Amino acid sequence: MSVQTIRNVFSVETGYRLSDDQIVNHFPNHYELTRKDLMVKNIKRYRKELEKEGSPLAEKDESGKYLYLDFVPVTYMLPADYNLFVEEFRKSPSSTWIMKPCGKAQGKGIFLINKLSQIKKWSRDSKTSSFMTQSTKEAYVISLYINNPLLIGGRKFDLRLYVLVSTYRPLRCYMYKLGFCRFCTVKYTPSTSELDNMFVHLTNVAIQKHGEDYNHIHGGKWTVNNLRLYLESTRGKEVTSKLFDEIHWIIVQSLKAVAPVMNNDKHCFECYGYDIIIDDKLKPWLIEVNASPSLTSSTANDRILKYNLINDTLNIAVPNGEIPDCKWNKSPPKEVLGNYEILYDEELAQGDGADRELRSRPGQSLGPKGSRLRDAGRTVLTTWK
Amino acid sequence: MRKAQGSWEKRILKSLNSMCTELSIPLARKEDDATDSQSHSLGQPPCDAFLRLLDGRPVGEQKELLNKWNEMGTDEPDLSLFRPVYAPKDFLEVLINLRNPNYENGDSLSFRTHLGLIQVPLKVKDIPELKEFFVELGLTTGQLGIDDSTQVPPELFENEHVRIGQKVLTEQDSAAAQQYVRQGSPTALRAELWALILNISSHPEDILYYEQLKTNVIQHDLLVDSLIYKDVKLTASNDDYYFVFEDYLYQVLLCFSRDTSVLSHFAYNSASPPKSYIRGKLGLEEYAVFYPPNGVIPFHGFSMYVAPLCFLYHEPSKLYQIFREMYVRFFFRLHSISSHPSGIVSLCLLFETLLQTYLPQLFYHLREIGAQPLRISFKWMVRAFSGYLATDQLLLLWDRILGYNSLEILAVLAAAVFAFRAVNLMEVTSLAAAEAVLADLSTLKVMPLLQIFLFATVT
Repeated sequence: MSVQTIRNVFSVETGYRLSDDQIVNHFPNHYELTRKDLMVKNIKRYRKELEKEGSPLAEKDESGKYLYLDFVPVTYMLPADYNLFVEEFRKSPSSTWIMKPCGKAQGKGIFLINKLSQIKKWSRDSKTSSFMTQSTKEAYVISLYINNPLLIGGRKFDLRLYVLVSTYRPLRCYMYKLGFCRFCTVKYTPSTSELDNMFVHLTNVAIQKHGEDYNHIHGGKWTVNNLRLYLESTRGKEVTSKLFDEIHWIIVQSLKAVAPVMNNDKHCFECYGYDIIIDDKLKPWLIEVNASPSLTSSTANDRILKYNLINDTLNIAVPNGEIPDCKWNKSPPKEVLGNYEILYDEELAQGDGADRELRSRPGQSLGPKGSRLRDAGRTVLTTWK
Repeated sequence: MRKAQGSWEKRILKSLNSMCTELSIPLARKEDDATDSQSHSLGQPPCDAFLRLLDGRPVGEQKELLNKWNEMGTDEPDLSLFRPVYAPKDFLEVLINLRNPNYENGDSLSFRTHLGLIQVPLKVKDIPELKEFFVELGLTTGQLGIDDSTQVPPELFENEHVRIGQKVLTEQDSAAAQQYVRQGSPTALRAELWALILNISSHPEDILYYEQLKTNVIQHDLLVDSLIYKDVKLTASNDDYYFVFEDYLYQVLLCFSRDTSVLSHFAYNSASPPKSYIRGKLGLEEYAVFYPPNGVIPFHGFSMYVAPLCFLYHEPSKLYQIFREMYVRFFFRLHSISSHPSGIVSLCLLFETLLQTYLPQLFYHLREIGAQPLRISFKWMVRAFSGYLATDQLLLLWDRILGYNSLEILAVLAAAVFAFRAVNLMEVTSLAAAEAVLADLSTLKVMPLLQIFLFATVT
């Protein structure tokens, strides 16, 4: 079902009720995670809550930055937070910021700014006293642009990872092993003269495929395994493992942040497209989460990947190809996982509790204990202490 | 062999020259200096003597090239009229026709008669000899590529192997490193281990040398540059693994073609570098120069020798040095005619002999349907499997090339691939169908294949 249909299905007006043998592929209020502004709001709220509880996760460093929960670039909503944004902008006037419309996808409507004058429009609106019925449609978020992305072959890239959530409470999520990197066709430059060149800055395939140098054979995509091989070979195993652990960490934290507000309807599962950018210090940043990641394919390999993705997703959501029953316990047997691996299973994690020993590995970041199973024989504990 | 190599070289040069004439492009161009070009000194760049005497690249173009040194992949010249000087299959035809006029093997056919394409009686190893040679690949020895898979607990082999590797690096022991990588190199240590084995260290002189080569590229324009562009565009740019490194490939290969230090490898290469004569001075040795300056004319797929190295080295001068050393130690043997055991002729013969001796049914079947196995495997061996295997597997294979200082493993792997797909191959009825069965090697795991073929097959 598309997100529009889901909206109708779960809308109060239609009074539609899903029966026990109907399973749908979106959660009713997925936008808490997948709208850019709401995602940031939820993560900020989650962090504040943890801080209030005194949780070690919310620990900050001397400059006030979260040690373990700083994975979203500084973001403000416009026009609502315009004044706050201006204050922040003035602190570092040479910085670049990226403007993104809240409700759009595929890179539409995104642009970069480095001068306040370029977004005067949003300040004017907030000063008007008349009720702006269009304000929600024009809502933008503005984030600090990561102008030092990790470059490979001189090119910027981002990571697209697929994450399946079968239930939010208890949280059970799976990571698809075959994610990929999307490369820009044009060499990266932070030069201000190229701020308008979307081929340099935006990795969306929808944008890049219109570039002159777009190649239809490989589509500018690399597998995550290639990335891993490259980073291990050129940077070493520890920092690479740390990077991937951090990526898993931020995905789980983002899901935990929205879990309390998610309508955990038992008829629902959802496969998200996570967009992550790695900077040149090998720190991953969560850019956004997509509710309807593209399932069309741009290359032959892509088609195989997306086919398997759909196949594996459905096998987990509705195992054994039987008529679904939404009352089942949502614990699929290991064999049906396919190319998915368990990312976080709250029940399992809580079951293990304090008995499980912390197996320390170098470069581990702190966090609650969770268990992440790789293939049989090598159970790897994430020592998210 | 030398005669054959000589006539092959003549053919290549003829092809190159005719392309030049067709396109009215000089072999080389230099910066257009208004004053007497002979007195223009380029310091001590490698191709000084040669390029001083020819026309050069205009200054404006030089500046442009310097600016886009890091992104030559975009905005390349019109290459539609250029074609590769030769492709591996042309070379194969030459090898097939090699005959030793002194050799008499009798007229009668016997079970010993070699039924493959190569008809030169060179000595090649059989499986018992290969088992001895590649003893570290045996079933009872730990291997990366097998014993580091997720089913095997790392305590059994991997951890200890990594620890030893780190020790080898700390001690900077080149011979130990070579022995060590026979069992495969951990990904994180590979770059350093290979550098140690190849005796590459990053001294300032080396970086300076590379920079000088780069200057030469900026200042001088060679015809082979277009061939290099064309090759990269045809091969690496379309490759799922290597497209990212397109720009590095230009940088390395353009510099490589101007590096006269490469000429020294011709002392042990049966090939000789092609010579060109300054206009009007044909035949006068004092006016002969090597063309291209490094004496190596690239063929279709040449850039694939460099591509896998980009996964290991992202610093251009280091990448360059590693590639150059790999070339003068190993890769040159894959496209010159010689009787060396690692030369391409021996590899072809080794491959065919292994197949005919240990998989006779498959071999005869393929021969019957007009699909001589060498016709399919030749391109794999000439490229050292680059572009055919997944990169992590390829690097494990090249670990062993370095470890054993021999390319014979390429022939063994080629035979092992045929053995692995034997069941499907027995059912095909044409060369095209056989090619299709063997078209995609990207899912193969090389070490299990090699192990099974050498150590676990009943002979």
